[in-house]
Amino acid sequence: MLTKRLIPCLDVSGGRVIKGVKFLSHKDAGDPVEMAAFYDSEGADELVFYDITASAEGRDIMLDVVAKTAEQLFIPLTVGGGLRSVDDMKKMLKAGADKVSINTAAVQNPNLIKDGAEAFGSQCIVLGMDVKRVSGDNSASWQIFTHTGRDGGVARGLDAIEWAEQAVALGAGEIVVNSIDADGTRDGYDVELVRRISESVNVPVVASGGAGTLEHMYQVVSEGMADAVLAASIFHFGTHTIGEAKRYLSDRGVSVRLT
Amino acid sequence: MSEIVTIVDYDSGNIRSVEKAIQKLGRDTLVTDSPKDILAAKAVIFPGQGASESAMLNLNKKHLVEPLIEVIRKGVPFFGVCLGLQLLLETSQEGLTPCLGVAKGETVLLPPGVKRPHMGWNRVVIKQDHPVFEGIESGSYFYFVHSYYADPDDDNLVYGVTDYGVNFCSVIALDNLIATQFHPEKSGTLGVKLYENFLKYMVDRN
Repeated sequence: MLTKRLIPCLDVSGGRVIKGVKFLSHKDAGDPVEMAAFYDSEGADELVFYDITASAEGRDIMLDVVAKTAEQLFIPLTVGGGLRSVDDMKKMLKAGADKVSINTAAVQNPNLIKDGAEAFGSQCIVLGMDVKRVSGDNSASWQIFTHTGRDGGVARGLDAIEWAEQAVALGAGEIVVNSIDADGTRDGYDVELVRRISESVNVPVVASGGAGTLEHMYQVVSEGMADAVLAASIFHFGTHTIGEAKRYLSDRGVSVRLT
Repeated sequence: MSEIVTIVDYDSGNIRSVEKAIQKLGRDTLVTDSPKDILAAKAVIFPGQGASESAMLNLNKKHLVEPLIEVIRKGVPFFGVCLGLQLLLETSQEGLTPCLGVAKGETVLLPPGVKRPHMGWNRVVIKQDHPVFEGIESGSYFYFVHSYYADPDDDNLVYGVTDYGVNFCSVIALDNLIATQFHPEKSGTLGVKLYENFLKYMVDRN
């Protein structure tokens, strides 16, 4: 049986992990290569590097980080952040990434999904989406936002479920659903949103944003039908180890890879 | 003296991690798309990702089809990975171009009712013993990314199976050839162990 995946996400800028990993006093928690190796040894099923630098110089540093990590790490690595073209994707994949994640650039130019999938295969192309619950006249809906860094982001007039379906039709091989409402709250994932998307598309769906407890992870993989969970602070701050999270899920009948 | 491991490069997916895994095991690698290099190889790894149709078109364009069939026929130790397993069969539902046809059978789409691609860690149940499985328990987890799977006619070729909507063939072996549907180079220490066993028992003892 296919297991549910636990995926730590590391924000990287200028070759360093930021939003530091606080519990690792004996390690260089700012070194992405060391952090990647640590999470691998803890039993992470995959890793995500999110590049939060924008400059061309920062991009080259990121390529170097990816190459060094791929040299040591034998689990899948996804790189996202600032990828705008097939050429950007190609550089990351050549450096050693297994998948590339695109978000805003795909909203601006949906054909980027198609071009990427044609060039590298759907299995390489991850669509990330930032979603906010919006109340309407009769019922709530979920809308896509971009540039979510400040002022709550820009509404794109795009329904999240329709966008997920369109992205898969264009060739996205996996979808990461990030709830803007839940992100950083540690109050739990938007389980209903994740389930709606998971039911709408026939590719793996990764839940992101809001994990505060292990129960939240359990909810989103059971009720939310998520195929994987992405988490940052719950692991980075040492609230729980990956091993603890997996045992918790396994005890509740969720299939996970225990190492 | 340990043999150089030749890795077939035909623009089909990320081969860097295959190369790194082999180098981690202390071996020299040659990444090549040259028919001559492949014909001279003492050990071959045949990786691959993506669509079988474009992969076969690339192999034809690079004149690699005959050399690959030839090294397998000669009994050169050979390790196929993912698409490098599927392409060993005669045909694929994914495309019209004939595949290598080293083993009889067809590559078919995973059944309806499961998400495609099959992406993530799943168990491999060992059906027949093989030296590459040394130190690896039946039911161990390996990393998969694929939507199609190889369905060989001859059950005797099936050394490992995996359950995903269907109990499909995830490892085949034939003479000096081994091939896995999963990615050993993405499967942590057990995956690297599989390559280590390949080198130890199939390459060095050849």
